[in-house]
Amino acid sequence: MTQATIEITLNGEARRVAAGRTVAGLLGDLGLHPRLVVVEHNREILDRARYDATEVREGDTLELVHFVGGG
Amino acid sequence: MPIDRTTTPDLTHRERLRYARHLILPDVGLEGQLRLKAARVLVVGAGGLGSPVGLYLAAAGVGRIGLVDFDVVDETNLHRQVLFGESDIGRPKLDAAIERLTDVNPHIEVVPHPVRLTSENALELFADYDLVVDGTDNFPTRYLVNDACVLSGKPYVYGSIFRFEGQVSVFAAKDGPCYRCLFREPPPPGLVPSCGEAGVLGVLPGVIGSLQALEAIKWILGAGDSLVGRLVLFDALALRFREVRIRRNPDCPVCGDRPTVTELIDYEAFCGLKPASGAESLPEITPAELKERLDRGDALTIVDVREPHEWEIANLEPYGARLIPMREIDARLGELDRDAEIVLHCKTGGRSAIVLRRLREAGYTRLWNLKGGILAWADEVDPSLAKY
Repeated sequence: MTQATIEITLNGEARRVAAGRTVAGLLGDLGLHPRLVVVEHNREILDRARYDATEVREGDTLELVHFVGGG
Repeated sequence: MPIDRTTTPDLTHRERLRYARHLILPDVGLEGQLRLKAARVLVVGAGGLGSPVGLYLAAAGVGRIGLVDFDVVDETNLHRQVLFGESDIGRPKLDAAIERLTDVNPHIEVVPHPVRLTSENALELFADYDLVVDGTDNFPTRYLVNDACVLSGKPYVYGSIFRFEGQVSVFAAKDGPCYRCLFREPPPPGLVPSCGEAGVLGVLPGVIGSLQALEAIKWILGAGDSLVGRLVLFDALALRFREVRIRRNPDCPVCGDRPTVTELIDYEAFCGLKPASGAESLPEITPAELKERLDRGDALTIVDVREPHEWEIANLEPYGARLIPMREIDARLGELDRDAEIVLHCKTGGRSAIVLRRLREAGYTRLWNLKGGILAWADEVDPSLAKY
């Protein structure tokens, strides 16, 4: 059985990901801790409280920005 | 940053010679060089980023450079902190930095601030400068620099580095976003390793710090397009720059339309780094939170670090828990997926905290300690569980 996928732009590059994922689900697939990244979804920074309710759709643009603290 | 030519001292003949290549640039010229001379820039942190920032601002002729740092030069600094050399080991960084920067350019003033930047002194320090360049190495100070810049209306030239990646932007400019518009909540304490814990390629701060110096100089000159509203992400291994557009958040607690942070706060506490009773802070999950996440179907690996005889009494096997006694953890690390989100528990939370620190040292980053251990789980979630 092949899983349905959609194409999104992730960090500036086209990428196929599983269909029907929320932002929280996608972060999970990518192995990312939801509190260690900022998610920009279609050019809007997404509140972390909305990760569970926001679905990732075909053609969406996501930018993931990690916390980087060193100097 | 316009200047008043009647009150700004002219360039000497020596300065005209020194800045000759600037003076013939269309976007600098005499006017620009005088702006640089009149400018006052505060550099917070004389480390990996502060080194190139200080060197390039000094060489460019920024008239007053303030440096905030209270540290001494350590041998492990030298692979990236190009302000310092072998003979500086053990010296206060500011002593060495002033010598070096004054040698780079004797026509400027370098002002030492040998203090830790705090909520008590930040606004007073910032008041004497036109903009602030951030070369700090921790999140509480970054939020402090941001908030102090917003409150005092100074642009904040942000830069940060980790292993092979870096970030640069200009925050807190008029109508632009601030650091908090992007990073709304601090990361959980302890989950983002420092350069000291995770390493950093020595040349990386050279790239990022140079970009910060560039943005500071462009802002002073009023030249080109600044990074206000743009975050640049640099991947050194791929040699790739990525750009993320950021807008001011109208709901931002500091720079938004109805700010709730109107004075500097306790940033250690804000970042969760001030644990009770002097203990080190660890990422904790309460039994209720864990139950909620399990019910939601979150993929969590529960690891019980107690002894087999305790497991016999009561365990979380129905939730997929597995037993790896604390004393076996080093030998059995291979059984734990480095990318998995792992919840550790013992009887009351003490041993699992030790194992959590051990796993963190081993490179695991998605770790939780079950608060109060299996006893708290029995009290709060499943009273049918045997207590011992």
